[in-house]
Amino acid sequence: MAQALSTGHDGVRPHALNGALGERASVGSDPIAHAATTTLAVENMHCGGCMRKVEAALAAVPGVAGARANLSAKRVTAMHGPAAVNAADLVDALARAGFTAAELAEDTADKARADDRDFLKRIGVAGFAAANIMLLSVSVWSGAAGDMTPTVQSLFHWLSALIALPAVAYAGQPFFRSAALALSSRRLNMDVPISLGVTLATAMSLYQTARGSDQVYFDAAVTLLFFLLVGRFLDQRMRLRAAGAAANLLGLHGSAATVIQPDGTTLRLGARALLPGMRILTAAGERFAVDGRVVEGLGEVDESLITGETAPRRVAPGALIHAGTVNLAGSLVTEATATDDNTLLAEIARLMTAAEQGRGRYVRLADRAARFYAPAVHVLGLATFLGWLATGHGWESALTAAIAVLIITCPCALALAVPAVQVAASSRLFGKGTLIKAPDGLERLAEIDTVVFDKTGTLTLGQPSLAESCNVSDGVLAAAARLAAASRHPYARAVVRAAEARGLAVAPAGDVREVAGFGLERSGPDSAERLGSAAWCGAAAGAQSAVYYRGADATVTAFAFEDRLRPDAAEVVAALQRAGLATELLSGDRPEVVSAAAAAASIERWQARALPTDKIARLEALKAQGAKVLMVGDGLNDAAALAAAHASLSPSTAADISQTAADAVFQGEKLAPVLETMAVARTAHRMALQNFAIALAYNLVFVPLAVVGLVTPLLAAIAMSASSIAVTANAVRLRSMRLEGMR
Amino acid sequence: MTALAWLIPCALLLGLAGLVAFLWSLNSGQFDDLEGAGWRALQDDEPPRK
Repeated sequence: MAQALSTGHDGVRPHALNGALGERASVGSDPIAHAATTTLAVENMHCGGCMRKVEAALAAVPGVAGARANLSAKRVTAMHGPAAVNAADLVDALARAGFTAAELAEDTADKARADDRDFLKRIGVAGFAAANIMLLSVSVWSGAAGDMTPTVQSLFHWLSALIALPAVAYAGQPFFRSAALALSSRRLNMDVPISLGVTLATAMSLYQTARGSDQVYFDAAVTLLFFLLVGRFLDQRMRLRAAGAAANLLGLHGSAATVIQPDGTTLRLGARALLPGMRILTAAGERFAVDGRVVEGLGEVDESLITGETAPRRVAPGALIHAGTVNLAGSLVTEATATDDNTLLAEIARLMTAAEQGRGRYVRLADRAARFYAPAVHVLGLATFLGWLATGHGWESALTAAIAVLIITCPCALALAVPAVQVAASSRLFGKGTLIKAPDGLERLAEIDTVVFDKTGTLTLGQPSLAESCNVSDGVLAAAARLAAASRHPYARAVVRAAEARGLAVAPAGDVREVAGFGLERSGPDSAERLGSAAWCGAAAGAQSAVYYRGADATVTAFAFEDRLRPDAAEVVAALQRAGLATELLSGDRPEVVSAAAAAASIERWQARALPTDKIARLEALKAQGAKVLMVGDGLNDAAALAAAHASLSPSTAADISQTAADAVFQGEKLAPVLETMAVARTAHRMALQNFAIALAYNLVFVPLAVVGLVTPLLAAIAMSASSIAVTANAVRLRSMRLEGMR
Repeated sequence: MTALAWLIPCALLLGLAGLVAFLWSLNSGQFDDLEGAGWRALQDDEPPRK
């Protein structure tokens, strides 16, 4: 989706040779360079202490020679003897140390990092050349007013040429290549005037140097390249970070499964290695890796990610189970079925493809600007050249004026305008736990006027908590929590959390037995304590989402559960409404639950029992009314809607397919990141426009001067550098700016 | 003039040295993890292995 969107400089690829050289140099001094390495994504590595624990935990695994964590990328690379270490052992070792990790498939990140380094090298060379040529040029400018002899001036120009020619040839390659690609497909992009300006300026300066004139623009040509490379590098960084974050997410959420082999032994396999017909053991609390049919065991399955329904479904042998749902109680043995048989997943995949095609190509701000700007620059340059010829000047002065126009209009500041802002914005959001995955996500988020929420897991926490309406006494709650502490069932955990929230001490009772499909039991001296279903505790079955506790004295207490709203959901919705955005709730859950959630969050428009197709239909209807919709959702049933919406956000607890579809993923229990992301996106949009204005203002002043031939090499160099620095400085403000709500 | 004859090469060599240092640090992975490197400076050295 987002990856398919192209911008004007898609042709930029690293020089294969440079990539290879870089690789060799980086590992050449390493004694264990020939051994294998395994790279893992580590989700919750946040500081130096974590980094150290991660490295120590991995180094302690037998066979691992060493580990090196990368905090920026949230990854760790373990070096070990070839084929001596199993990735699952490494993940287990990290899990024991308290980290969530997953093996990363060899992805495109290595190639992207080579791109990154390639740009840095070119920036280094261009920077070196620009600084040294500027040194010589400043001497000439100041000497020209004083007593510098033409010989010395000429010497300085030749020295500049000596530095500039190789620098331009090397550092300019990304632009030349992209321009050639654009021209060969008969398009114009920003790189065409850039390449033309730089090449012409260098060639003309060389000619003027040979003639001994002072119209020498080497400094401008190289400084131009330097700033343009910085802009391009920032843009590239943004993509790299987005791609890396997406790869980490995929790795962390692509689940593994325990396979029961025909001889009865078990084997841990990645979800992709599973084949139809395999028997898979899923323990309580685990997520099902693939679709399947239950063959053994009774249990309860949480399908909220798929249907939005909060109440768990009871399953018995023969029942069908979808990948992505969670086994709540008891171990279940399932037989994997082919994914294609599954109408739901196939349907969702089909809807997503359709939705992505329907969204069409979004044209990024910088490309929209380039579309008008590039032809204008060419026309202006040509007009200047012809104008000077027509007014009876020689071709030399005409060409010099035309080059000055090209250099002045060269979109240095324009090329920096958007990337600088986007990098500042995304690193600000990254620091607060929001990952922008789509390179153009921020731009689309800035245009939103309607926000559509999913309920389960998005507006709500997606996990049951003890309803406030049921008044359980502290003593009963503490007793129930002692039993519950032994189970991973979400209701049991909710009981423990409720007890802890009241400040009760929860000491797990040691002799608790868990009976799959029924509940927990602890045999006491005279009678047993039980926590579980109504039948298990001998109570009359009441409402759904309920658990009963029968104490040693046979009194039965009912615990009701609710899926509570995220703590700040109402506030966030109110803030969005204050900012003039329309809000809606689309859920697959039952009407009574949805209407209650809508009322609690004060959302007026809501729709319950919405199938994935209904969600898309609603989004299409909104789009037809001209609304730009932000979809916030987490379930598998939202994936298609996330892909269809103008922009989309997912919590990090979302189904992996939804996280892949979403433009950005936010972490934490609060919904506030939605607000923050939109505020930052809007501010970023405003600042990008400000930057365009700054760049245009410089052009408005200097282009007329260039057209009439008043721009000296000195003026060209100053104008260009000053506008680039002004634009970057403006963008950097975003990192520390206080954003007061939505504007 | 004689001053220029050695000052300019000096300036260029210094600049070149900076460039070489930058390329070296880039290739030896010093820019790979900007966040983590800051933390590493604060960590104690590992006890020597026997």
